[in-house]
Amino acid sequence: MNMRERFIDVTTALLDENERVALILADISNANFRDSGARERHPDRVVNMGIREQQMIGFAAGMAAAGFRPIAHSYTPFLIERPFEQIKIDFSHQDLGGILVSIGASYDASASGRTHQSPGDVALMSTLPDWQIGVPGHADEVESMLRDAVAGTGRHYIRLSDETNESAITTPGISVVRSGSPGSPTILAVGPTLAPALEATSDIDVTVLYTNQARPFARKGLAAMVGGQEMVLIEPYLAGTLAAEVSAAVIATPHRLLSLGVGHDEFRKYGTGQEHRAGHGLDAAGIRRSLESFIEVLA
Amino acid sequence: MNTSGQIETYGYHDLSALMTRMTGDEKHSFSATSTLDVLWVLYDRVLQVDPADPDWADRDRFILSKGHGPMAYYAVLAAKGFITADVLDGFGQHDSILGQHPDRTLVPGVEISSGSLGHGLPIATGLAHGLRIKESGSRVFCLLGDAEFDEGSNNEAIEIAGRLGLGNLTAIVIDNQSTSHGWPGGIASRFEVEGWTSASVDGRDHEEIEMGLLDRKPGIPHALVAKVESK
Repeated sequence: MNMRERFIDVTTALLDENERVALILADISNANFRDSGARERHPDRVVNMGIREQQMIGFAAGMAAAGFRPIAHSYTPFLIERPFEQIKIDFSHQDLGGILVSIGASYDASASGRTHQSPGDVALMSTLPDWQIGVPGHADEVESMLRDAVAGTGRHYIRLSDETNESAITTPGISVVRSGSPGSPTILAVGPTLAPALEATSDIDVTVLYTNQARPFARKGLAAMVGGQEMVLIEPYLAGTLAAEVSAAVIATPHRLLSLGVGHDEFRKYGTGQEHRAGHGLDAAGIRRSLESFIEVLA
Repeated sequence: MNTSGQIETYGYHDLSALMTRMTGDEKHSFSATSTLDVLWVLYDRVLQVDPADPDWADRDRFILSKGHGPMAYYAVLAAKGFITADVLDGFGQHDSILGQHPDRTLVPGVEISSGSLGHGLPIATGLAHGLRIKESGSRVFCLLGDAEFDEGSNNEAIEIAGRLGLGNLTAIVIDNQSTSHGWPGGIASRFEVEGWTSASVDGRDHEEIEMGLLDRKPGIPHALVAKVESK
């Protein structure tokens, strides 16, 4: 079961379990929630706005003002970029709680072209100070993340992807996946970049860390885990999005930071997600190349 | 505050004096005065709200979407006892609760923080729908300007409110003919084509405004177009 399927299953269960939960759609996944039975069982709390994304966010905020826990869902560019001012004003500025769940990530819709790709979403959401941004690396992480978000009162953005790691890591903050020797380089993989990061470093002495929580960033956790002076940040969205957070976390230690992620320039290619991942240097081979040019011990 | 500890209240004829206590946003004076009579009728005759308990769960919700020129809004809130009149003197100043656009986290009785246009009505639709699910008797009133009506987000909200049959929602458009390109067929027709009922009234006539707000069919969203003098 992929992340999207897990999201639909868990959200359907949450609608059954909790009468405060409401799901606001803009056509995307509407048929999936018909098939799950959620629309039939909860016609008032599963509301499809049609292709009206600004309205989706405003409506969700209004339901929050009425005491509900709204989940708004669409493709990343239509959930985050198109109605960004609604997210900023209708949720953040009003101090209302809610949950945004996207599918599509940076280039899952690789064959659809730029209109359906949104590598800048986490950077954009990071301009708002009060959103918890989750980047799950496995479907099991989606469930725990979504249930925690619904149980709370704050503002959450959960970014789903077709890319996945081998297994879930549900420990909050930053986890040690593989320990290197003291002073070895540290690699921090975010969300589904862990699988290629592990493959790229299987035969070298590095510490590999993992997080699925982009905001708030676990600065203290990272500071306690960093060994050497060389750090590599691997993100599945715009390269360098968390670079300032990482630098702030290790400010007491002289360090060099390499930020890997989706490139800033528009990648005018179709094809598969794997081809896009490789095109941005985020597959195992690409990560290895970047490491070899950055870490002297590998040169 | 009077000697018994109650916030002093004022009448309609005091509103002009209350508004003159707020300075620094004169460019929006016309915008402010355009809403004055509708705001007064709402708070004096229509809304079920309690200044002593602004968060009362069963209150009607009033959303000032057109947050520009809130001096009339603040004057009415002061007249009805939501805020004290002396607060008006600090309008727009650094430590004041009263900005040139209202902030719901600072001002008692303010339901949404507005300023950027086109946000109020979409929020109002979700609020009305949520209150209806809860079988609440609370009503939702949202005030817009005819120029604000340019924002496409309003059209998305009008369409959805009609489809959902939000009978607890009323949109009020203050028409001071300030939109850049006009509304062929009239503003009311934009609502009617989406299944709303509508009424068009003189935005200075309190009886007409009250009737226009209350005389409506159940189960259908309602729009009131209140025409006032042009700039």
